[in-house]
Amino acid sequence: MTFSKIKDALTGLKSLAIGLGVTGQAFCAKNVTVIYPQEELGNLSTYRGPVELVGKEDAPDVPKCVACGVCGKACPSNCLTILSLIPAKEGEINSGPTEMGPAPQKGAKTPGQFILDFSLCSLCGQCVKACAHNALRYSNNPYMVSVNRGDFRLDLLARLRRRARD
Amino acid sequence: MNAFHLLLAHPAVRLVLWLVLMFAFIGLNVLVLVWVERKVAGYVQMRPGPLHVGPQGLLQPVADAIKLMGKQLVTPAAGDKVLFWAAPLLAFAPVTVCFLPMPFDPRFNPLPMNLGLVLILAFSGLGVVSLCLAGWGSNSKWGLLGAARAVAQSVAYEVPLLLSVMAVAICAGSLDLYAIAGHQGTWPWQWYGMRNPLAFFIFLVCAVAETNRAPFDLPEAESELTAGFHTEYSGMGFGIFFMAEYANMVIVSGVAAVLFLGGFQGPFLQGVWWFILKIYCILFFIIWLRWTFPRVRFDQLLNISWKWLTPLALLDLALAVVVAGLRA
Repeated sequence: MTFSKIKDALTGLKSLAIGLGVTGQAFCAKNVTVIYPQEELGNLSTYRGPVELVGKEDAPDVPKCVACGVCGKACPSNCLTILSLIPAKEGEINSGPTEMGPAPQKGAKTPGQFILDFSLCSLCGQCVKACAHNALRYSNNPYMVSVNRGDFRLDLLARLRRRARD
Repeated sequence: MNAFHLLLAHPAVRLVLWLVLMFAFIGLNVLVLVWVERKVAGYVQMRPGPLHVGPQGLLQPVADAIKLMGKQLVTPAAGDKVLFWAAPLLAFAPVTVCFLPMPFDPRFNPLPMNLGLVLILAFSGLGVVSLCLAGWGSNSKWGLLGAARAVAQSVAYEVPLLLSVMAVAICAGSLDLYAIAGHQGTWPWQWYGMRNPLAFFIFLVCAVAETNRAPFDLPEAESELTAGFHTEYSGMGFGIFFMAEYANMVIVSGVAAVLFLGGFQGPFLQGVWWFILKIYCILFFIIWLRWTFPRVRFDQLLNISWKWLTPLALLDLALAVVVAGLRA
């Protein structure tokens, strides 16, 4: 009874010493903080920034996206707005962008407008997972700052074109 | 020049000079300690700590102090105003007295007295009264609970603390801190901390508890009592409690350095530098403890003192008496 209590106390003391060792090692270890304006992170390949459209291999300013709208349906916070652009057949006038409807139309489609409202996005990645054409991916951009909420309504098509140009 | 020396020879003049010096020493140490505390907290958590105010963030405590001084002092409407404002003053006043018998250097003894240790223990015991008054005077349940905890904790840990101090005092045969430090030798194996490590251990644990530092910071447990006894204090009201806590840490570290680490004794360096170095080593250890261990529960806190430290301290005292008797 008494001996077991003394044994408990001794193992407790030992664990306290181990705890001090752990924090002592952390004290001597290198800081992991990156002091931002003076330093920047080098490798961002695993960073999951706001999603972006993937361009075609032969034409980087044209999205792989076929405007099927699955990503928009998969999104739990409804932050994606996709308007499909139906290419005009010969002799017809382009009908212009239409809101995604249930009835798919024939012919290859491209998005006429692809808006991500980043102020709603929680970066869950359901859209990236849902896309059958690998047309969406996480961007590597950690530096997105604004004081204006409207700036977070991202026009992904424009961003894709800008990226292809740069 | 002669008149100046004559003036210095007068005990009252030396006392006042020493007090002024001690005020400056306390203020400087509190600022440095706040910085050390935050730096150590940072490094333990693998971040740099304060960095941008002054070189390596050294001026951060100054900025904090200016912020605290700029804040409005609020008195709770339902509180007892006299007690409420007496408490912070009472917390800080004994601290300055406790520095009087501190043996910084053997060549410099401003106020020779043969009961320095008793003076420190008596006046540092007053500290808990201020915590009690603060909690009671603010008429807040957090404050009152914090005060009740402070009293129970202080009573529990004062007993083993005094017993461990007594073991050393019997060994040294004196209560004068200069004499106790002088009894120990230059080298670490001649210090009482090495000869009586159990008393050193008990003293350190009790010192952490007496200064209300984590893991024994129950009187001001943030997660349970918002801030315990100083919940209702704003601005410098809180600031003075804060200063008193850090000054108390310096005192217990100083006493530990004298009793167990040879005080100003040490090879190669001048006395005062050894003393300050030892104080800061102990302070660093106390801060390290804070950033390692979680807060204990209240029953655990009292169990550690009454069921372990007090019997162990009694045993240690008995051994010390026997050893001292055999040597005599």
